[in-house]
Amino acid sequence: MSAGTVRSAQAGTTEPVWVRWSLISLALVFVFLFLLLPLAAVFTEALRKGLPAALEALREPDAWSAIRLTLLTAAVAVPLNLVFGVAAAWAVAKYEFKGKAFLTTLIDLPFSVSPVVAGLVYVLMFGAQGWIGPWLMAHDIKIVFAVPGIILATVFVTFPFIARELIPLMQAQGTEEEQAAMVLGATGWQTFWHVTLPNIKWGLVYGVILCNARAMGEFGAVSVVSGHIRGQTNTLPLHVEILYNEYQSVAAFAVASLLALLALLTLLIKSVVEWQFERDQKAAVDLPPERPAVSSPTSVATP
Amino acid sequence: MTAAVLSATLGSSGSRPKRAARRVLPGFNLTLGYTLFYLSLIVLIPLSALLFKTFTLTWDQFWTAVASPRVLASYRLTFGASFLAALFNVFAGLLLAWVLVRYSFPGKKIIDALVDLPFALPTAVAGISLTALLAGNGWIGQYLEPLGIQLAFNRNGIVIALIFISLPFVVRTVQPVLEDAEKELEEAATCLGASRFQTFRYVIFPGIAPALLTGFAMAFARAVGEYGSVIFIAGNMPMVSEITPLIIIGKLEQYDYAGATAVATVMLGISFVLLLVINGLQSWQRRRAGGKT
Repeated sequence: MSAGTVRSAQAGTTEPVWVRWSLISLALVFVFLFLLLPLAAVFTEALRKGLPAALEALREPDAWSAIRLTLLTAAVAVPLNLVFGVAAAWAVAKYEFKGKAFLTTLIDLPFSVSPVVAGLVYVLMFGAQGWIGPWLMAHDIKIVFAVPGIILATVFVTFPFIARELIPLMQAQGTEEEQAAMVLGATGWQTFWHVTLPNIKWGLVYGVILCNARAMGEFGAVSVVSGHIRGQTNTLPLHVEILYNEYQSVAAFAVASLLALLALLTLLIKSVVEWQFERDQKAAVDLPPERPAVSSPTSVATP
Repeated sequence: MTAAVLSATLGSSGSRPKRAARRVLPGFNLTLGYTLFYLSLIVLIPLSALLFKTFTLTWDQFWTAVASPRVLASYRLTFGASFLAALFNVFAGLLLAWVLVRYSFPGKKIIDALVDLPFALPTAVAGISLTALLAGNGWIGQYLEPLGIQLAFNRNGIVIALIFISLPFVVRTVQPVLEDAEKELEEAATCLGASRFQTFRYVIFPGIAPALLTGFAMAFARAVGEYGSVIFIAGNMPMVSEITPLIIIGKLEQYDYAGATAVATVMLGISFVLLLVINGLQSWQRRRAGGKT
């Protein structure tokens, strides 16, 4: 009898069983076709001629140098945008000043600029016919069609990732805890390390993970500034393109599956972070209302 | 008590206590200064290089570059395909968000995590993988080709690639709004005799409409600029399946910097307008959410 009353109470806010299951099936078919199949295709195509052939493609010197360059690019771009993200979030979230809305819009700008345009602006600045191109050439400094250009273009396209995660998070948390720390005699740095940082740690990890995935996987912007010199200015995604265009399908998909594994790892860490964050939130809800819950980092859609 | 201590330490600047209290925290000049410095260095100065380069062109040069038939065809294709992909994702995204928030089924957490795959998977990988699936000898293509349906190496492929890369936006904007939606309103609607469809149409849908529109705009903006996934599957035939970012690359490869710059400026202008639209939509959404509670 009790089951019956529960069902009738819920009937007002849910659909008949057949509607529910057809919607779920439709969603699952969509996820299967658009997400799972492309993912499975990467690994299947890589293993078409067996595992040794796929591993062979990863052992090539060109593949190795692409891996090294990709790691180097991410190792420079992510910390730069991390420092910026924290500074920008602190400035935007903790103070009121004129033009704040405009500043946040500008921080978001790299998200909506086409990657190709992002690459082009650096060619226009540092290229042979660019603003400071002639000066750079006279001093024998290469930026475009060399590693620094690749890093700059990557920094541009990953620019807003960490700032965008932290700004809403820190705004929701307000300044009360920091003010309390200051009143109790902490210095600015102590306040940041011991009060702010523990509060934003999950948002920080979340932003770093997404920033890293984009930094390692960026294609359009890097393609414009790279010059495509094998073994020198090829990142992993560019290496995939070259192999694919040379009809070395197995090798291309072998390198691509390396990137797909990175994507899966990113999704895994991201989910773990979200679960941790939710757990912390639940713990915080149990506390008295002096520590109000803040919005989750997942509530902001971030490309 | 904290407030008393604060106002005591603030002393003379008590004329605007609220603003002054916020400035108690140190680091305003440092963080804002660094933010502006880094923003200028990485984003603003390079983008202004693009604008300055455009201003060195004569009006005729600019116009022939941005309005030649081949470039105009690429705008039509880019915007048309992006619109179709974003529209498709409004429905698919709403369906996914709805199923993920309202129902429980096995594997839900995995599906929820997988939705972000297009953000995490490099676009070049998505491009070659979708091409491998949809080409005439691919897993899906081999069944469709006998039926006369070709999905790769033409405009269909472009739309499919754009659906893939812009898939998470609508899901991730609608999901939190659905989670926060008050079930009491739906119960009230049912008690007042509304059918489930009427409840959706008149109670739930108005609440999520701003989020849907924001997600649509974000998906559209992303799709317009997309390059990596599209070029593998598009076939890239001039006038037929050549997207605007590829036009820029083509001009660059022919050392036509002026032409590339002109087309890029048009794209930059469009991105900026889209960004302002998205910001407007988001603040509308926030006002809606704020007004309800």
